[in-house]
Amino acid sequence: MADDKDVLRDVWFGRIPTCFTLNQDEITEREAEPYYLLLPRVSYLTLVTDKVKKHFLKVMRPEDVEEMWFEYEGTPLKWHYPIGVLFDFHASNTVLPWSITVHFKNFPDHDLLHCPSSSVIEAHFMSSIKEADALKHKSQVINDMQKKDHKQLWMGLQNDKFDQFWAMNRKLMEYPTEEGGFRYVPFRIYQTMSDRPFIQKLFRPVSPEGNVLTLGDLLKEMYPAALPNQGEQKRYQVVIHGIEPLLETPLQWLSEHLSHPDNFLHICIIQAPTD
Amino acid sequence: MSDNAESPTETQKEDTPPPSDESTISEEKKKIDVLLKAVGDTPIMKTKKWAVDRGRTVQSLSQFISRFLKLDASEQLFIYVNQSFAPSPDQDVGILFDCFGSDGKLVLHYCKSQAWG
Repeated sequence: MADDKDVLRDVWFGRIPTCFTLNQDEITEREAEPYYLLLPRVSYLTLVTDKVKKHFLKVMRPEDVEEMWFEYEGTPLKWHYPIGVLFDFHASNTVLPWSITVHFKNFPDHDLLHCPSSSVIEAHFMSSIKEADALKHKSQVINDMQKKDHKQLWMGLQNDKFDQFWAMNRKLMEYPTEEGGFRYVPFRIYQTMSDRPFIQKLFRPVSPEGNVLTLGDLLKEMYPAALPNQGEQKRYQVVIHGIEPLLETPLQWLSEHLSHPDNFLHICIIQAPTD
Repeated sequence: MSDNAESPTETQKEDTPPPSDESTISEEKKKIDVLLKAVGDTPIMKTKKWAVDRGRTVQSLSQFISRFLKLDASEQLFIYVNQSFAPSPDQDVGILFDCFGSDGKLVLHYCKSQAWG
């Protein structure tokens, strides 16, 4: 279907208007103005915030600056989750712009991974793609690629080049027609009910009887509480890229079109607004 | 890094269990069998098979191996699944077991230098 390519484009160019404010306990030489930025949903916080850092460093002395990290309403934001996932999980149904607090000291070692350079982001990103391909194709597609192909995926993300990225990523989205989908769908379900960071298990896009499995089928098995009971008010929202896809949507289609560049389908389960 | 290490009691618990056996059936659900294999010139561990809490993170397991091998604090340790990817340090080993375990155990390779991509 020709139209579906537009979905990939819309997902890639999704942006979140964000206001960065310096933590008030930081020591500055003069007052720090907030900094506004449109954050790409599919990227990583530490990959797209060089300008934010530069902006705040102008009012700080070098000796007061340690590793930069971000927080939203008291929650440290994990740079190694895609930005869109952080927003959907922590800040859905709030007023825009998204208000993020910037810190330069007291790095929360227990909550966040260090990110000393963009090579750490690259390693994390490539590992995620490899993990996803291990699930989708027993690693066959990613292993058949050359080093420069891997680099093309990363450079595409780093430089926000949709065509460059997808020219290579489409290979990771292929599957034998007769099987009707990937071996397993790489997904992660984020939810607040347990202390584990996310749910990730093996799940096939097609049942043993050959039926196409849907988002609803996945949730029924992984997290049934997320599904509305009949006649009951909806308690949870199932959010991917800021929207609530129909539960009847085939999982294979979601995996091909709504996965992040790391090739995982990131699904956030959040409380439905009560009003 | 060192201030990330888990509490001594947990360390103690992890250092003492024998290679997993059938005596801990009640614990079975919470623990998984992990087989640790050295790559290249990284020292091997005499005990290769360990019963590990599902909720244990890759980072915490890595710190345990580093201590077990008495590596310098400056030495890095890389952990790989399927000899292909390095899981995120905050990933639970339980999830890796569910997705990449086989024959009732999770095989992890560890290495002092980057072994795979």
